[in-house]
Amino acid sequence: MAQANHAMKLRSVLIGWALALLLLLLPVFVFKSQYLLYISSLTCIYMIVACGLNIVLGYAGQISLAQAGFLGIGAYVCALLGPTLSFWVVLPLAGLVCFVIGLGLGFPSLRVKTHFLAMVTLGFTVIVYLILVNEENWTGGPFGVFNIPRPKIGSLSFSSPANYHIIVALVTFILLLLAFWGLNSQWGRAFKAIRENEARAEMLGVNLRNYKLMAFAIGSAFAGVGGALIAPLFGYIDPTMFALGFSFQFLLMVVVGGVGRFEGPLLGAMIVAILPEMLRVTEKYFPVIFALAAILIMVFMPKGSVSAVDWAYKKITGKEEPHLTK
Amino acid sequence: MRALEVDGLRKCFGGFAALRGVDLHVDEGELFGVIGPNGSGKTTFFNCVTGTLKCSAGKVAFKGREITNAAPDAIYRMGIGRTFQLIELFPGMTVLENMLLALQERQGSMLGRLFRIREETNERQALELLEFLRIAHLQDELARNLSYGEQKLLDFGMVMMSNPGLILLDEPTCGVEIQMRQQMMHHIKELNKQGTTIIVIEHNMDVVMNLCTRIVVLDTGEKIAEGSPQEIQNNQKVIDAYFGAEE
Repeated sequence: MAQANHAMKLRSVLIGWALALLLLLLPVFVFKSQYLLYISSLTCIYMIVACGLNIVLGYAGQISLAQAGFLGIGAYVCALLGPTLSFWVVLPLAGLVCFVIGLGLGFPSLRVKTHFLAMVTLGFTVIVYLILVNEENWTGGPFGVFNIPRPKIGSLSFSSPANYHIIVALVTFILLLLAFWGLNSQWGRAFKAIRENEARAEMLGVNLRNYKLMAFAIGSAFAGVGGALIAPLFGYIDPTMFALGFSFQFLLMVVVGGVGRFEGPLLGAMIVAILPEMLRVTEKYFPVIFALAAILIMVFMPKGSVSAVDWAYKKITGKEEPHLTK
Repeated sequence: MRALEVDGLRKCFGGFAALRGVDLHVDEGELFGVIGPNGSGKTTFFNCVTGTLKCSAGKVAFKGREITNAAPDAIYRMGIGRTFQLIELFPGMTVLENMLLALQERQGSMLGRLFRIREETNERQALELLEFLRIAHLQDELARNLSYGEQKLLDFGMVMMSNPGLILLDEPTCGVEIQMRQQMMHHIKELNKQGTTIIVIEHNMDVVMNLCTRIVVLDTGEKIAEGSPQEIQNNQKVIDAYFGAEE
């Protein structure tokens, strides 16, 4: 019985992931417009960074405003090392650099919680911004870095928007799959226990420092990889793109999508990436309408917009939607 | 062999001494009681043993190994489990998840846990324990939806899950109706019969006198008596501590 249940669950998971891959690659086949392909790639990158933040905030319960800083570090690693190293080396390297910096930042700062931790991580993003602006010799200062190339494999170039989207979609797929794996392992349960009741988790053997550090470093690494993908997408980067406001935008993606639900921030990333583009026609009223839309979602769906999906699922099937992770 | 040995344990909160040099030992396989009036330092004693509070002075040893001021997670992994007077669960996790969490950190390395997705053996063990506690039908229910008595049973199940060498039960029958209390006492006795050392803090004298083979009485942070239930019942210092001494 248990074996049959497990086989059925595995089959649904495999089908789900196959569909996810298809959805991520769909823009390549459907969109001809460069602009729509650009928005699709940007949405995928937002999904990676928001998924990383969800591991830190939604699962391990630690508030972080450092995502923009790590995104910036990843982007500059890619832009500055791109001319000397292959993109395929730089991409994981950006993640690794952010993972290590995340460990270094997390080690002292995860001793504090809630708004204190938010202030520490906010400070980190500001420091990264100031370094990017002031270290002109390395970073190009306020003028940024130009002509960031898109990758190649031999003679096969990924410089066209459609080809580059294939890379972005595949990296997104791999990272989401890795996050899904980790959150369904016993680590996911330990993260959730820390969020639910930190003191009790420690008394059941959960090493708070190690698990929080890992959640924070993994979230940072996700942002770093996102940065390494965003630099070739834009072709040009400067420090203002990674200022503090961007961190709040990622926080918004997680909160609007659904904190602590695997699919929540993915939905949130779609809303935050696509809604502003749809509201462009409103010109100067865009920020007001966007803010109002975000507030309305939070008021009427406090568990995030994913609760609308849950509601629709229950209406259609008559059953509660199963959670994707532990 | 001594399961727990406590030597001169002191705990001060600023100028207030909650424990004033408590000495006691608990032998392996014993069902030991700690009683005392409110504010006598019973829960502080548990908190110091389990690492939740740092001891101001004194030593705590578990099976001959000193554990004074070790981290709570390390103490749990060594084999000391506890329950709480005010229930501490993971309200947003299911009953089964609560049970599985209680075991996972005592198995393998942290890296190994990243690769552990299927936990059939652990799940089977959790379900057997839930059956034993008669709450198996609630396995997929969120812990927050359980009644107070069911939460007490789950808390007890969680501590049994990792099969610890020493269990500290902080008022296990507090706020529980009579039938559930009998059930809890039965479970505690069964567990002790299987060889687990248990220390119980309890206000209900019937429970503690029925369960324990040896009892220590604390009053204002000091040990005032130690002995069998019979000896404790007839000890004048204990009677004075509970009912007040005659002028």
